[in-house]
Amino acid sequence: MVQRTPLYDAHVAAGAKIVDFAGWEMPINYGSQIEEHHVVRRVAGMFDVSHMLAIDLVGCDSQAFLRRLVANDVAKLTLPGKALYSCLLKDDGGVIDDLIIYFFTPTKYRIVVNAGTATKDLAWMQAQAANFNVSLTPRRDLAMIAVQGPQAREKFWQAFPETRATSELLGVFQAAEWQDWLIARTGYTGEDGFEISVPATQAMSVWQKLLAAGVKPIGLGARDTLRLEAGMNLYGQDMDETQNPLESGLTWTLDFKDANRDFNGKSALARRQSEGQLRQLLGLVLLDKGVLRSHQKVITEQGDGETTSGSFSPTLNQSIAFARVPAGVKPGDEVQVAIRDKLLKAKVVKPPFARNGKPLI
Amino acid sequence: MSIPADLKYTKTHEWLKQEADGSVSVGITFHAQEALGDIVFLELPDAGRVVKAGEECAVVESVKAASDIYAPIAGEVVAKNEDAIAAPESVNQDCYAAWLFKIKPANPADLDGLLDAAAYTKVEAES
Repeated sequence: MVQRTPLYDAHVAAGAKIVDFAGWEMPINYGSQIEEHHVVRRVAGMFDVSHMLAIDLVGCDSQAFLRRLVANDVAKLTLPGKALYSCLLKDDGGVIDDLIIYFFTPTKYRIVVNAGTATKDLAWMQAQAANFNVSLTPRRDLAMIAVQGPQAREKFWQAFPETRATSELLGVFQAAEWQDWLIARTGYTGEDGFEISVPATQAMSVWQKLLAAGVKPIGLGARDTLRLEAGMNLYGQDMDETQNPLESGLTWTLDFKDANRDFNGKSALARRQSEGQLRQLLGLVLLDKGVLRSHQKVITEQGDGETTSGSFSPTLNQSIAFARVPAGVKPGDEVQVAIRDKLLKAKVVKPPFARNGKPLI
Repeated sequence: MSIPADLKYTKTHEWLKQEADGSVSVGITFHAQEALGDIVFLELPDAGRVVKAGEECAVVESVKAASDIYAPIAGEVVAKNEDAIAAPESVNQDCYAAWLFKIKPANPADLDGLLDAAAYTKVEAES
């Protein structure tokens, strides 16, 4: 059955074009996707991300459980509210999902997972939790709104001045509880801003107040081009259960420092690393005219690769992509991409392509 | 958006306009450009190419996806719209002015077999 978020009626009222996204009826755009993209890079926009699932984790073994469950190490989180990005891995190193973990105390965390993977994630976590004294609570009673852009925080405070004292001092990737909200300085656009969780019953009034403060609604279409420019992976496209983080541009999220810590997928990743010849997820900028899309063949001197995500970049005004390419391909190399019956020239770059309103390549 | 009465249409959401010089301009309808979203790239056929009716002969790429455009009638391509290539967003802004290419029909009577505005209105309503 197709699901709707508490903000569905607001999207329809704003003229959204609604699409099925991972079983949810979500706004793809409210008009021009490119204009929405620019609004976020230049001013401030908001996304309904209530389809993602927050899972609360409590219990005396919470830290030990997470240190086993995910590839990044939550032991490095000591500041209350601090967040960590990590992959959830199978034993063979394949990626079950990517997620964000918020630390409150060593016995209390919140995990936010993708919509399309929420059911399998929860089942996996429950199974892994069997030997730990923890409890996992999915929070479908919450709505989540991401307010993003150079003026996002100012406009948010204009709408909710009472939250300013709590949220003003938050560093990047840090969150604070305010009454029954969670205000996090996180996002998926490469811009400053907040992601806020509020009780679903308040979602509509929060959305309306942000609208009144001049924050424009932005659809999932622009969310995709923004995250691609910002060099952020999309689960199911840039990595999935058949790919490991080492070959998905996510080595930085793996923490092998504590030799005494085992985590799901650790030995498989260590083995893969020692074999060498790792493929790499790098960026492409199309030099010829056209538009890169996912699953296009990339021809390099070191062998063939494949694009995983591709689109038109509104900030660069040319087409960009992520591509999984053989070992030895380097930023600066020129490669060819097969688009329909043509071979087009592209340059290899290291993502991100753009952040904080500016092109980076 | 009203559907211009003086044009012919296809079920695949192309429009055709009989020009005074005997050629036929081809573009995409309002419905088509709206479904595609922001258009960012056009790949159009070169003059001199001979096409069959229903043959893939152009590609319109939006931020979302690439979409094939079919030759609505047989003939020889006589022009492509360089202005639209330089500014693909013009197809979103004024789809009935921003033609994509012009065909010299092999058989001018082929145009009669296409949809008129009333028939296309029904097609659009059902898609």
